[in-house]
Amino acid sequence: MITERQTARGSPPRVAGSGSGAGRFLLVVIAMLFALVFLFLPLLNVFAKAFEKGWTVFYGALVNPDTVSAIKLSLTITAITVPLNLIFGIAAAWAIAKFEFRWKSLLVALIDLPFSVSPVVTGLMFVLLFGLRGYLGPWLDAHNIQVIYAVPGMVLATTFVTLPFVARELIPVMQSAGNEQEQAALTLGASGWQTFWHVTLPSVKLALLYGVILCNARALGEFGAVSVVSGHITGLTDTLPLRVEKLYQEYNSTAAFAVASILALLALVTLAIKTAFEWHTQRVYARAERATSDARTTRTKST
Amino acid sequence: MTKRFGDTIAVNDLSFAVNEGELVALLGPSGGGKTTVLRLIAGLETPTSGDIFIRGHRVNDLPVQKRNIGFVFQSYALFKNMTVYRNIAFGLRVKKWKRRAARERVEELMQLFGLEQLGHRYPHQLSGGQRQRVAIARALAPKPDVLLLDEPFGAVDAKIRQELREWLVRLHHQFNVTTLFVTHDQEEAMEVASRIGILNCGRLEQVGSPQEVYEQPANEFVARFIGVMNVIELEVRNGMACLDQIAFPAPGYKDGDKVRVGFRPYNVRVSPSTDEYRCQAVIRHTYFLGIMMRLDLELPSGARVCARLTKEDYKRLGLATGMRVSFQIAEHKILGAAQNSNAHTAAGSGCTHGER
Repeated sequence: MITERQTARGSPPRVAGSGSGAGRFLLVVIAMLFALVFLFLPLLNVFAKAFEKGWTVFYGALVNPDTVSAIKLSLTITAITVPLNLIFGIAAAWAIAKFEFRWKSLLVALIDLPFSVSPVVTGLMFVLLFGLRGYLGPWLDAHNIQVIYAVPGMVLATTFVTLPFVARELIPVMQSAGNEQEQAALTLGASGWQTFWHVTLPSVKLALLYGVILCNARALGEFGAVSVVSGHITGLTDTLPLRVEKLYQEYNSTAAFAVASILALLALVTLAIKTAFEWHTQRVYARAERATSDARTTRTKST
Repeated sequence: MTKRFGDTIAVNDLSFAVNEGELVALLGPSGGGKTTVLRLIAGLETPTSGDIFIRGHRVNDLPVQKRNIGFVFQSYALFKNMTVYRNIAFGLRVKKWKRRAARERVEELMQLFGLEQLGHRYPHQLSGGQRQRVAIARALAPKPDVLLLDEPFGAVDAKIRQELREWLVRLHHQFNVTTLFVTHDQEEAMEVASRIGILNCGRLEQVGSPQEVYEQPANEFVARFIGVMNVIELEVRNGMACLDQIAFPAPGYKDGDKVRVGFRPYNVRVSPSTDEYRCQAVIRHTYFLGIMMRLDLELPSGARVCARLTKEDYKRLGLATGMRVSFQIAEHKILGAAQNSNAHTAAGSGCTHGER
């Protein structure tokens, strides 16, 4: 998907025969209408509902200690999950894209597993493993470690659910890049680490960023798996989405939408960061081009 | 040394030495193991058996980073995310050169390579020729002991290729770095290299100066690969290898043996009068090759022989397609016995590849 995005950055090639103006117009209108009705309006509505009863109610809903605790918990889980997945994603993508080994296809299939397993099942899976009546539960209990109905379990569940995001984005990009650049770095005397840091990582930075953003969004928004392992202890194990659900169930819809708007806002911020980063990269390239042509004109002038 | 990939032998019992400061070409058809040889020297592959020495030191156990070689990949493998300047400076940076020394070195190279204006550019903003120069500059920056070039001209178009060849020779004079480059283009190898090694199926067929491999090819493969060569199959009768009116002494062969004989097209003398020379033929095709003309001659037996002469001679002799002519072969070489005695139909398959 990332490769498509990258190639699509330039103007699309005009396919001969597809050029009837009316057809193109129709396609654009359909796409725009769809995006408007199914993506933009619902999102806008969340904000509208959140502010329905004015700023004070909105603010009051947010400073509610249980909500503040939910925000903190969500950020904590995300702060642990995203770096974990970043490391795993890079390692897995590197192994899959650059090396040949036995069971490679098995690893690729396993990475996709969290996509195909329902999050609720994931949650139950962890309960079965770490819960009091689970396989590891008695041992954990004896050592006073609580996983289920506590933060560690929620981190585990979120990590599992978001596992594919970074790796999935990186694998195609790394594969298409091949490993000649890395080999060139080695012949120039770079160590493995230098090669990774200066050559491999920068060449996949956009894909990496995209993977992190998707991972981040999902980690913040994950409901099913986290819901099962959290135990719904208000003020302790409620994340933002769980909090929204709880408020909604309590018929406190304004507060629910206020909290929901925070979630939506976080999503928009990450999207903005990504766009800004892409702009920045393009500007760097454009500047390089300009600098060169400037230098050339001044040179031709002086001679 | 030998290199196997599974059951495939990519490089078979290969042994050669390159002198300090020499410019040597490894020439051969694609799939001949040339690139593998370079990668073995660079340390990007490990030999199955055998040793590699650089400046008298055995480097088999040295990792790539420590071999102090410069490698130019066929695809150039420039760092996409770095500017031209940073590409060239990369080797110096990882080798912890002093900042000022590194800057001077990079600027010197950029000047020499005509890249001064392009320091801020990224590889995708360069032309093919520029990319190639950046790749070579990058490889040369850390002052390598050996420069290895994999098909350095493969990715640029024919016109620029000619310029780049001359440029490479000049460059080699300037830096005097021991250089080994791989190519499948015999013309390129002849023009650029001081010595040529011809590789076929992982075997080194011959090593020698361009003149040596052209004039004294070690075997039929070399003869056919370097330049254009007629190869015909003759039958020995009364101690002479014969085909139609062609007859060569064939010492060491007995009657009834089939012998393969090779000769260069420019060694074929053609006359419009049918009785000037002994051998008879008909001109089936003429090809215009610039200042040279190529003639395809058909012998009475149906075998084909290719001749080459200057346009002036062609005009002076008044030759034309379809004409009956006589010819003689001024110089030839007996390549050996034909493996397959019923391959008479393949005899005189005429000009081989490498036509120009």
